[in-house]
Amino acid sequence: MRAPTIQKRTEQRGGVGESVQRPDGVPKTKGEFAYSSDLWAENMLWGATTRSPHPRARIVSIDTREALATPRVRTVLTHEDVPGRKSYGMEVPDQPVLAWDDVRYQGEAVALVAADHPEAARRAAGRVKIEYEVLEPLVDPETALADGAPALHPSGNVIRHIRIRHGDQEASAEVVVKGDYQVGMQDQAFLGPESGLAIPDGEGGIDLYVSTQWLHIDLDQLAASLDLPPSKVRITLAGVGGAFGAREDLSIQIHCCLLALETGRPVKMMYGREESFFGHVHRHPARLHYEHGAMRDGRLVYVKARIVLDGGAYASSSTAVCANAACFSCGPYNVPNATIDAYAVYTDNPPCGAMRGFGAVQTCFAYESQMDRLAKALDIDPVELRRLNAMDTGATMITGQEVEGPAPVAELLKRVRNAPLPPDGDAMDIRTLPGGVSNTTHGEGVKRGVGYALGFKNIGYSEGFDDFSTARVRLSVVAGEPQVEVHSAASEVGQGVVTVQMQIARTELGVQQVVVLPADTSIGSSGSSSASRQTWMTGGAVKNACEAVRARLLQRAAQRLGKRHGKLTLDGANIVSAGSGSVASISDIVGDDPIEETKEYHHRKTFPLDPRTGQGNAHVAFAFAAHRAVVDVDLDLGLVRVVEMATAQDVGKALNPQAVEGQIEGGIAQGLGLALMEEIQISQGRILNPSFTDYLIPTILDMPPVRADVLELGDPHAPYGLKGVGEPPTISSTPAIVAALRDATGRPLTRVPVRPDDIVGLDGQSG
Amino acid sequence: MRIELEINGDTRSADDVWEGESLLFVLRERLGFPGSKNACEQGECGSCSIYLDGNLVCACLVLAGQAQGARVTTVEGLAEDLDLHPVQEAYLKAGAVQCGFCTPGLIMATHELLERKAQPSDAEIREALAGNLCRCTGYEKILDAVRLAAKARA
Ligand code: FES
Ligand code: FES
Repeated sequence: MRAPTIQKRTEQRGGVGESVQRPDGVPKTKGEFAYSSDLWAENMLWGATTRSPHPRARIVSIDTREALATPRVRTVLTHEDVPGRKSYGMEVPDQPVLAWDDVRYQGEAVALVAADHPEAARRAAGRVKIEYEVLEPLVDPETALADGAPALHPSGNVIRHIRIRHGDQEASAEVVVKGDYQVGMQDQAFLGPESGLAIPDGEGGIDLYVSTQWLHIDLDQLAASLDLPPSKVRITLAGVGGAFGAREDLSIQIHCCLLALETGRPVKMMYGREESFFGHVHRHPARLHYEHGAMRDGRLVYVKARIVLDGGAYASSSTAVCANAACFSCGPYNVPNATIDAYAVYTDNPPCGAMRGFGAVQTCFAYESQMDRLAKALDIDPVELRRLNAMDTGATMITGQEVEGPAPVAELLKRVRNAPLPPDGDAMDIRTLPGGVSNTTHGEGVKRGVGYALGFKNIGYSEGFDDFSTARVRLSVVAGEPQVEVHSAASEVGQGVVTVQMQIARTELGVQQVVVLPADTSIGSSGSSSASRQTWMTGGAVKNACEAVRARLLQRAAQRLGKRHGKLTLDGANIVSAGSGSVASISDIVGDDPIEETKEYHHRKTFPLDPRTGQGNAHVAFAFAAHRAVVDVDLDLGLVRVVEMATAQDVGKALNPQAVEGQIEGGIAQGLGLALMEEIQISQGRILNPSFTDYLIPTILDMPPVRADVLELGDPHAPYGLKGVGEPPTISSTPAIVAALRDATGRPLTRVPVRPDDIVGLDGQSG
Repeated sequence: MRIELEINGDTRSADDVWEGESLLFVLRERLGFPGSKNACEQGECGSCSIYLDGNLVCACLVLAGQAQGARVTTVEGLAEDLDLHPVQEAYLKAGAVQCGFCTPGLIMATHELLERKAQPSDAEIREALAGNLCRCTGYEKILDAVRLAAKARA
């Protein structure tokens, strides 16, 4: 008898698990990649927006005559020109497309102009005469929550209240620590400004090219406000210059289409940096009151928390942010008893919504600060206290949900604890010291601190939402070689989802040549590039579609070749059988009859939270990370230099390891920003710093080396076992840095971003 | 007004330029060179970095009129024929490109640094690129890219 042929698997390049270069990389380095702000069309007009200078006012009258009389202006629009639904919103359509009676935040859109030069449009926008009755803005979320506060919306001022009652509500503890914490308003500060180009098709329909995170939710809102059937609104993703949550809500979309439909000409809109600060939602500022109770041996007994998130003028995604803040309010710890009240509240401040970490960021700063405070009260090492209480697989969340799949919290912590510490700063090179070349110290007054933090959050959409993605895969033969075409509506925002789709197709179909088509609304929804979900969901859809294509290919091969070969499988681009080895190539079987399949991927079902107790299996999966920060602090001046960030994160499976590292490093930079410098400063509802001169994001001088330890433990429910990677790096990096600052200074530091004043003790808190 | 200048070796001109237009606007919107980016248009982010008569400048801070007769090199002018410039190659290899909006400016700034100092230390790289914001990468892979590009020259 002949020994069975041992099939050597064909070498597959560029598949899942490799650091594949991104297909859009070459045009991006050459300056040839078309971002939404780069678009241009023959005969194009420029749009501009007239915005309210007041955080709260009643509109008495709007007079567009002078604006319309401005040279080169083609049209001026107000709320009267919105043909369909006059308001929009992802969860609650409470935000006017153009304000008609009240304005509820500074920068709210009231009128639109199109002109044939952007400067003419801007000037005309300034000439729309709006008479306002100015009202006192309601800017304090606690005041807005209080009985008798004036209602900012017909539904009242509470956008959502999540109430969690878990375990024994009377539980008592041997050691109790309490704390009040604050998180400032962070901006996503993507670099590519909000922009897009709308082109009327001459038959009442419109094509929009825009940067966004979720094409189909834009489509729904556009169709409703333009009063067009969805088939008459076609949206194509233009190049996106970063997102981080800020492109979930609409910005220019409806406005640009209104102007284009009105003038019958292509219209481009593009915000400048200042307008961008008014043109998208921000991270919710938060006030958090916490009480932790523990036994003397360090075991947590209970957590009580009251969390108030300032949602600003409109709901945006506040309802979901609020749920996240509540669900993840106790951290990745075993907490048997919890009493949590989280509120998202309307005020006259700028609207807040999605930003990387989505509600889990604010609470992580508070609960990790509490863990350090508790460690101090118990005189236990803060790492040991965390290890003692760390969640593991099978743990019960405060929502009653069991944590399935890997939850390597103690392991992640151990890894960052055991990572070698960086060497001391070099007093001879001032560039390595706080203050750098400002030459503020040569090492005197500088102290080093080390801090730790753990964080976690959900992957994907929660609370019963049937989240899905759609992908179409087509296998054909081009010039004698097999080629795969992948189409989905997944937004490539920089994270690399185009690369991942390509890698999956290569792995599943063994074909080297893969083309990912531009994302648009001609295919079903892929959902949002948010909640760390897109690789999982669209990856899953592409995988499903590839599997369906493969099944048809093998079926066709079996029909052609007959039964003699037995069971056929695909190995690289060859069709093989156990007995005969390679029996045909993909090209032989496909010939000139391409195989095409469209499939959806749905994640497993989740359930709502019980409105009274906040209990329920609301989440699909959880992702965990640990951070260790090492900082040098100039104790006299309050200047800080972060020396190194060490992190460990379970990503399930790194589909593209280099891209995973990029997410980790970039996420940490945003966490560092929140810890030390990033805050939209608001006074009486007005933004004081809408520019990169005054709103600081980390530069290459601020960002330390990152030591990243990536675990791949594999989630049994996910394609390839992958978990989302985008958000965890941002969540616990902030509290780790603040813990390190406390270690160096001994100060309480209960607010982020930490200011130099807080470090030197001008904040009025005792050390 | 009318403006004539040399861009990436070719003479170009634009008519009807309004006096308030920046060089960045004219490059991007009138002359078909959108490679230089416009993340802030106030000199804070470096995404619009170009060479103007051999000096690295923020094109958003130069009035178009000031560039009359000047010699401009943009990111579109770095690659020779089909090949990427070694600095572009290094950014790609190192994984320093995510959304890529900062990339053209960073590539110009890296090009300028390496012309000045072929083998910079990490501290020198950080200093040279401190005027270029990137919101996606955390700069770690940008440092890798510059090191890689420097190595390629050694
Ligand atoms: S656009 Fe010129 S520096 Fe930002
Ligand atoms: S890659 Fe997105 S800003 Fe740098």
